[in-house]
Amino acid sequence: MSMPLSNFVLYEEDFVKIEEEIKRLHQQTNAKMVFLVDRDGQLIASCGENENMDTTSLASLTAGNIAATGGMAKLIGEKEFSILFHEGEKDNIHITIIGRRVILVVIFDQRSSLGLVRLRVKKSAEVLTRIFEEIQQKKQGEGKEAEGAGSPLEEITDEDIDRLFG
Amino acid sequence: MSFINYSSREINCKIVYYGPGLGGKTTNLQFIFEKTNPESRGKMISLATETERTLFFDFLPLALGTIRGFKTRFHLYTVPGQVFYDASRKLILKGVDGVVFVADSQLERMDANMESVENLKENLLEQGYDLAKLPYVTQYNKRDLDNIATIEELQSSLNPLSVPWFEAVAPKGNGVFETLKAVAKRILLDLKKSGG
Repeated sequence: MSMPLSNFVLYEEDFVKIEEEIKRLHQQTNAKMVFLVDRDGQLIASCGENENMDTTSLASLTAGNIAATGGMAKLIGEKEFSILFHEGEKDNIHITIIGRRVILVVIFDQRSSLGLVRLRVKKSAEVLTRIFEEIQQKKQGEGKEAEGAGSPLEEITDEDIDRLFG
Repeated sequence: MSFINYSSREINCKIVYYGPGLGGKTTNLQFIFEKTNPESRGKMISLATETERTLFFDFLPLALGTIRGFKTRFHLYTVPGQVFYDASRKLILKGVDGVVFVADSQLERMDANMESVENLKENLLEQGYDLAKLPYVTQYNKRDLDNIATIEELQSSLNPLSVPWFEAVAPKGNGVFETLKAVAKRILLDLKKSGG
């Protein structure tokens, strides 16, 4: 039995790298929108025509989708289904699991094509996998004591929390 | 597993409402949705059957405000309570930061409550979580009905860990925010302990 993963902390420098890659993918695929979600449904980064898009809900449902198909995979003896594709009348969604930890989603229409998206996603997946491996390694290198250094939650008080609820 | 993003200065946490079928988990979320300022919440998503039974999950994102310059966001999920949806329940518990157990106070639902608490423990254990170590609160719902168990009975069968508990009438909102606040507080204090 594996222990649950510890908290996922994302720093500015890593976020910038992730965002760059997502922007590149967005451009290269001519997609409407590209976003990255962690497997628990938290949106990590997004790029594209997302003004009228409910990205929070999309992120949560994407994670639910991956979780459900992952459950199906196990039942038939597969490790996971690493690529999912949903075809609509106008828009399509391409979903890929990156490094078993995060989910890359590309929403595209007729200005792009499935072939192009698949090709470019494959390249971006390699880049993003490396970035997330680096994040993981950095975290392990820091050690347990350094983990909390500078955490915004270190100095949190009961009053801070009470104030949240007005 | 909470997600702390230094770039957007956000803390994201996941709360799961667990409990037997028809106990009021979805009603808790609906009340929170209705009473929360639209600017502080997203859409409520319910993946339910035609008869409004939860099929996969309900989802409600809440932004509660800032702590030390960080926006705190809570993602509230319910699980489907019906026994045969166990595979879905396990999936939803992945990455959970805190659990609310919504018990149905009616006497005839005591067995279902107990079965559900056991199921919660087992499913958490499968994911590597120990319920005793997780931010966890209990809600005794439907306190306005006639045929209900006493608090002493509920406590002795459903709350051996003596976690904070609340009486509730979810459709009227009694106890709903108290429950949410208690679990959110425990999660944030837990994060503080673990150093984020």
